[in-house]
Amino acid sequence: MIALEKRPQPSRLWTVLAPLVAVALTMMVGGAMFAALGSDPVEAIRTIFWDPLFNPQFSGYSRPQLLVKAGPLILIAIGLSLGFRAGIWNIGAEGQYIIGAICGAGAGLALYPSGSALVFPLMILAGGLGGWAWAMIPAFFKTRFGTNEILVSLMLVYVAEAILASVSSGLLRNPEGRGFPGSRNLAQWDAAANRELIAGTGLHWGVVAALVAVIFAYVLLTRHIHGYNIRLSGEAPRAARFSGVNPARVVVFCLGTAGALAGLAGLFEVAGPAGQISIDFNSGYGFTAIIVAFLGRLHPVGILLAGLLMALTYIGGELAQLMLGVPGASIQLFQGMLLFFLLGVDVFTNYRLRIGRREVA
Amino acid sequence: MDFGSINPVLLLASVMVSATPILLAAMGEMVVERSGVLNLGVEGMMITGAVVGFAVAVNSGSAWPGFLAAAAASALLSMTFGILTQVFLSNQVATGLGLTLAGLGLSSLIGKPYEGMKSPTLPKLDLGPLSDLPTVGRMLFSHDLMVYLSLLLVAAVWAMLKWTRAGLILRAAGENHDAAHALGYKVVRIRLAAIAFGGACAGLGGAYLSLVRVPQWTEGMTAGAGWIALAIVVFASWRPWRVLVGAYLFGGVTVLQLNLQAAGAKVPVALLSASPYLVTILVLVIISARGAHAAPGSLGRPFHASQ
Repeated sequence: MIALEKRPQPSRLWTVLAPLVAVALTMMVGGAMFAALGSDPVEAIRTIFWDPLFNPQFSGYSRPQLLVKAGPLILIAIGLSLGFRAGIWNIGAEGQYIIGAICGAGAGLALYPSGSALVFPLMILAGGLGGWAWAMIPAFFKTRFGTNEILVSLMLVYVAEAILASVSSGLLRNPEGRGFPGSRNLAQWDAAANRELIAGTGLHWGVVAALVAVIFAYVLLTRHIHGYNIRLSGEAPRAARFSGVNPARVVVFCLGTAGALAGLAGLFEVAGPAGQISIDFNSGYGFTAIIVAFLGRLHPVGILLAGLLMALTYIGGELAQLMLGVPGASIQLFQGMLLFFLLGVDVFTNYRLRIGRREVA
Repeated sequence: MDFGSINPVLLLASVMVSATPILLAAMGEMVVERSGVLNLGVEGMMITGAVVGFAVAVNSGSAWPGFLAAAAASALLSMTFGILTQVFLSNQVATGLGLTLAGLGLSSLIGKPYEGMKSPTLPKLDLGPLSDLPTVGRMLFSHDLMVYLSLLLVAAVWAMLKWTRAGLILRAAGENHDAAHALGYKVVRIRLAAIAFGGACAGLGGAYLSLVRVPQWTEGMTAGAGWIALAIVVFASWRPWRVLVGAYLFGGVTVLQLNLQAAGAKVPVALLSASPYLVTILVLVIISARGAHAAPGSLGRPFHASQ
């Protein structure tokens, strides 16, 4: 008889071990999936995980891309993790990302062709505020009416995509773009461009913001009363209410922070790697960040590492697509499997396997 | 602006076709949630059903094997969610999201060779004298079999939940899983069965999209229909007939905005294409503002029978 028995407190060993076991399992099952698709499994796994970093033929291009892809993921995931810890499920990060990008780019383009040093900071502010405002919609409905924030924030993603389509062909369309949809290229306009700080590393302002966010979240969660309240609201909601935590404030704070960070990520992306507001500049970072948040066990340092790992699977996936002809969608499946395995292995953190009958005391 | 180009009979007929996939998925999800499990993976299961149904229909030459295969495939996929949440006690929200992402990836992978193909579709029924009625006949009685099966499903689920012992046990597991366990009911098995049913229904809904409504396979073709189905379950207060109303309302708004766009309405296109989602948010807010939510008592809470 194999049964699960609740542990008196979460196992510290498994808190660290679970993601590692999950990654190992994903590599094995992922390898089997690649074998089923007709590629050599060992070569496929090596191409995804090892080559982008260490193979001299590719790493010159791939290593900088690691930070470029990881930056927005980490930034959004930090914001999401605060909410997830408190039981506030913000699934609409993609929408907040889009709206932040639109607001930031719009603010910048309104000042075109100024060369002032204030343009970029203004864009950052506008991007953060845009994302914050978009996240305030589910926050308002949740605190005022008790509406489920999962559904409202998710519906708003589709609304944001509709707004993006409208704005790229209308309001923000490049007047010198010969009728093609899409805004001016912000990465080519010096005052607004989000450039690399150290050439060849991919370390642009978005990555810097992500690192600052990691530190800020760590200090908030471990040293500040707000962080304590957030953790308490998630783990013991009734105790939180008895201790005087205002649940509405927690909701507004968590959703607002997540929205602002997602909006910032959108702005940094559109002023840097993506370059312009176009109908499809968003690459699903808002949803992948959810995986990153869970993979990092909702802990800032874990999220940093998980973000780098996910970025590696993105880049490795592109490389595998190029070199081995592996279909692009298999990487999305790979990432979904990673989340599944993590959630499955996570049971050992809180439960212990008991084999045989327990003796009657 | 040419309102004359919108034919009201065709409009109302297309509402039924547009609402059917969401109705199927929402009914399945309603049963799952009544058993106490929150399965956010409806989108992943729907799109898996769409691609599997399409592939099997193309390969076999007929639509019905496609529907069966879609239901089976989605039920199987939902079992991964079921095992993770019921046996491994994982967080239901996170696992559901993972199911959606995995389903989207899996469907893109499977569907690659089938893009651009045409599939066998379902014929429109001719119900004799009913179909020959002047306008009502076209609107209500000339659809394919799946539309009527979906309405039958609503009635069957309602009857099962309200009048059968099995329905009562299901509701018990959803309201208070500890009490149901104390009475001797196997909560995990009940929930696994409900999850499989929900998966099968979502698969049927997805297959209807790719085989009848569109009918083609494109990557990401469900476009949020699974999430709409989830929203409909909430604003129907977990009741079968209200799910029907919600699905038809959403189908109606979708069809109306498409027709308005085609007729060149003066409303901005972005507003029209976002209108189904905005209407969903509005109705969700109104429902939650009215107070008592009637959610099953144990919805979303993991069940662990401690010895």
